[in-house]
Amino acid sequence: MEIEKIKYTGKVKEISIGKEGKAITVGGENSYPFYLFEGEMPHKPKIAMEVYDSAPEEWAEAALEPFKDVSGDPAAWAKKCVEECGADAIALRLASTDPNTKNTSPEQAVEVVKKVAEAINVPLIVLGSGNAEKNTAVLRKVAEECDGLNLTLGPVEESNYKQIGAAAIGFKHTIIANTPIDINLAKELNVLLGNLGVPDGSILMDPTTGALGYGMEYTYSVMERDRMAALTQEDEKLQFPMLNDIGTEVWKIKEAKIPEKEEPKLGDAKKRGILIEAVTAVSFLLAGSDILVMRHPEAVKLVRSIIEDLTAT
Amino acid sequence: MALTGIEIYKKLPKTNCKECGVPTCMAFAMKLAAGQAELSACPHVSEEARAELDEASAPPIRSVTIGKGDRGLKVGGEIVMFRHEKTFYNPPGLAVLVTDEMDSAEVDRRLKSFKELEYDRVGLLLRADLVACKSTSGDAGKFEALVKKVQSEVEGGLILISEDAGVMEAGLKVSADNNPLIYAATSDNADAFAKLAKDNTCPLAARGKDLNELVELTQKLTGAGLKDIVIDSGARGLRQAFQDQIVIRRKAIQSKFQPLGFPTITFPCEMTDDPMKETLIASTFIAKYGGIIVLSDLNGHSLFPLLLERMNIFTDPQRPMATTAGIYEINNPDENSPVLITSNFSLTYFIVSGEIDSSRVPTWLLVFDTEGLSVLTGWAAGKFVGDAIGPWVKKCGITDKVKRLKLIIPGVAAAISGELEEELPDWEISIGPREAAHLGAFLKQL
Repeated sequence: MEIEKIKYTGKVKEISIGKEGKAITVGGENSYPFYLFEGEMPHKPKIAMEVYDSAPEEWAEAALEPFKDVSGDPAAWAKKCVEECGADAIALRLASTDPNTKNTSPEQAVEVVKKVAEAINVPLIVLGSGNAEKNTAVLRKVAEECDGLNLTLGPVEESNYKQIGAAAIGFKHTIIANTPIDINLAKELNVLLGNLGVPDGSILMDPTTGALGYGMEYTYSVMERDRMAALTQEDEKLQFPMLNDIGTEVWKIKEAKIPEKEEPKLGDAKKRGILIEAVTAVSFLLAGSDILVMRHPEAVKLVRSIIEDLTAT
Repeated sequence: MALTGIEIYKKLPKTNCKECGVPTCMAFAMKLAAGQAELSACPHVSEEARAELDEASAPPIRSVTIGKGDRGLKVGGEIVMFRHEKTFYNPPGLAVLVTDEMDSAEVDRRLKSFKELEYDRVGLLLRADLVACKSTSGDAGKFEALVKKVQSEVEGGLILISEDAGVMEAGLKVSADNNPLIYAATSDNADAFAKLAKDNTCPLAARGKDLNELVELTQKLTGAGLKDIVIDSGARGLRQAFQDQIVIRRKAIQSKFQPLGFPTITFPCEMTDDPMKETLIASTFIAKYGGIIVLSDLNGHSLFPLLLERMNIFTDPQRPMATTAGIYEINNPDENSPVLITSNFSLTYFIVSGEIDSSRVPTWLLVFDTEGLSVLTGWAAGKFVGDAIGPWVKKCGITDKVKRLKLIIPGVAAAISGELEEELPDWEISIGPREAAHLGAFLKQL
């Protein structure tokens, strides 16, 4: 029986992130995700593990437990993720810079970034807080002060792309272009970044990640549409690798935190949290994710084994 | 090639008799064209027209029903490759496995889980659908006893698993009325199994060693007059099984290749020994084209995430999801608790109620009917505005529940505070945070 193959006319750009010697490459696929009977995926999707810049306060017990010994020390935490969990990259979240929490300064953020970068031999992704205005000042400062570290910085939005983008160009960092679950806005921001002078090799797309049961399907379909446009409609401005920020989104939903005692029908709280994270991650892998930012070591392990099985030869 | 609605309409009786359940022949023709109806619903179409229309009107993937009545499960019937191209119609059935050599306490535990693990979410009842009864002993009597037991204890459809016609016959003897899925016809037993399916008018699953063998097998079965077929490509490694799902869907939908135009059945329970990993394998088949997914066991911690994924993927992207409007009590509020208002877009409701819930602050949440639009979109569309919200707040019943009339509106709708003050002169209108994520901190400060 003959299998009709799709004629793909486009390809996702191959992008290297991280410092020379520590870099990894993502993207390069020329078919829908894992459709390996008609295309290639030269670089398997990578998993970045998230590290918070200070001890997290409201994490679910199950998510905090593996990092209890290192949770106040981002460098040690990052090291543990790399050495014990085999993280492909570290995603350092500058949560305490948020004016609604500790409101730490851009200078303090720079200090943490440098410490973590020094402790690891994998690429460092630096994520701001939920406050776009503060992120502008923080990520710009980080970009300027961390010359030579080849960081990956995000989320960069339409409201702050100029300031962060300019600093990223000057100091050779990669940008995570974040738009609110919309293919046209995603394309538009990529065009704006291009016009500003950000090289194609320095852009990743973040479609905004919805958690399982909380809008996952919106992200899922926008990603499928992004990939369709990139691969079959030669839409060059959408041919960038995609990143999904999963850990923080899924572990904040009620069902990932609620103890079994309160909701016996939801089963074991730890396994449930891990599976909610892992099922969300697998869904986005199938929609085209190239980098998954994840939290729980067990979820990371499970998702990695699914990537291996889907690409097994 | 598929016909358009107009082309189909020309061949219909054009009497608008409504017996098909649709008001006009034209509307029925449109539904046929979209694959949302079957020609058999029309009692008056001529034989000649039927022959012409049959091929064109059947959805490229046949829909097959397993079980009966309320718990009958319809699978297949899909018409697109990607959900954004239209929608996916029939969520895959989730099945739990029991065997005739399993300890009876273990069978009881699984059946109990099957009955108990139900979740109510935005008016949807989420639960597993089928029980797969497998003969591992090869003994007809044991199998019959198991099927009888399962059928008497649970509602919901059955899958009978054996490749021995004698054993299968024993299982069917006690369950055929319930329309179980017979699994499976293979190239070795096809004739006997085709006969069993025909004699009992039950749907039949076919398993090939690979897609080529499967195609030969379904051609043989359809040649024998069978229509309700479910297919298994036989692959048990994830890469091949995933590829087969895609190839089957593509062949059926894009090439209208009828030998593969059937819903699939997949077996994560046979693909790994690790229950956590099994859940992830199942999750790939929910996203990519599984018709039935057989699990080795049911636990809340693994079933619930799969049910959420299934709900998400099979949500109609053409229609916003809405929550019932009304007053929601969160964390046991009393007459002094704050009153918040938001829109009835499900996602908004989930996120807002989740944040309030985790803040532990007792709160009244008013969910206002914006026809499923978010707060900002609802405002822009003239639905989340003062002269609509005001009268509703007055009559929704909240004034009987609280002493202090203070209404907190979403930060993104700050512009309506003036209109609301006019509409609700007895109320103090206050502006909450723009982002739900900041609700916890906001509520704690009140």
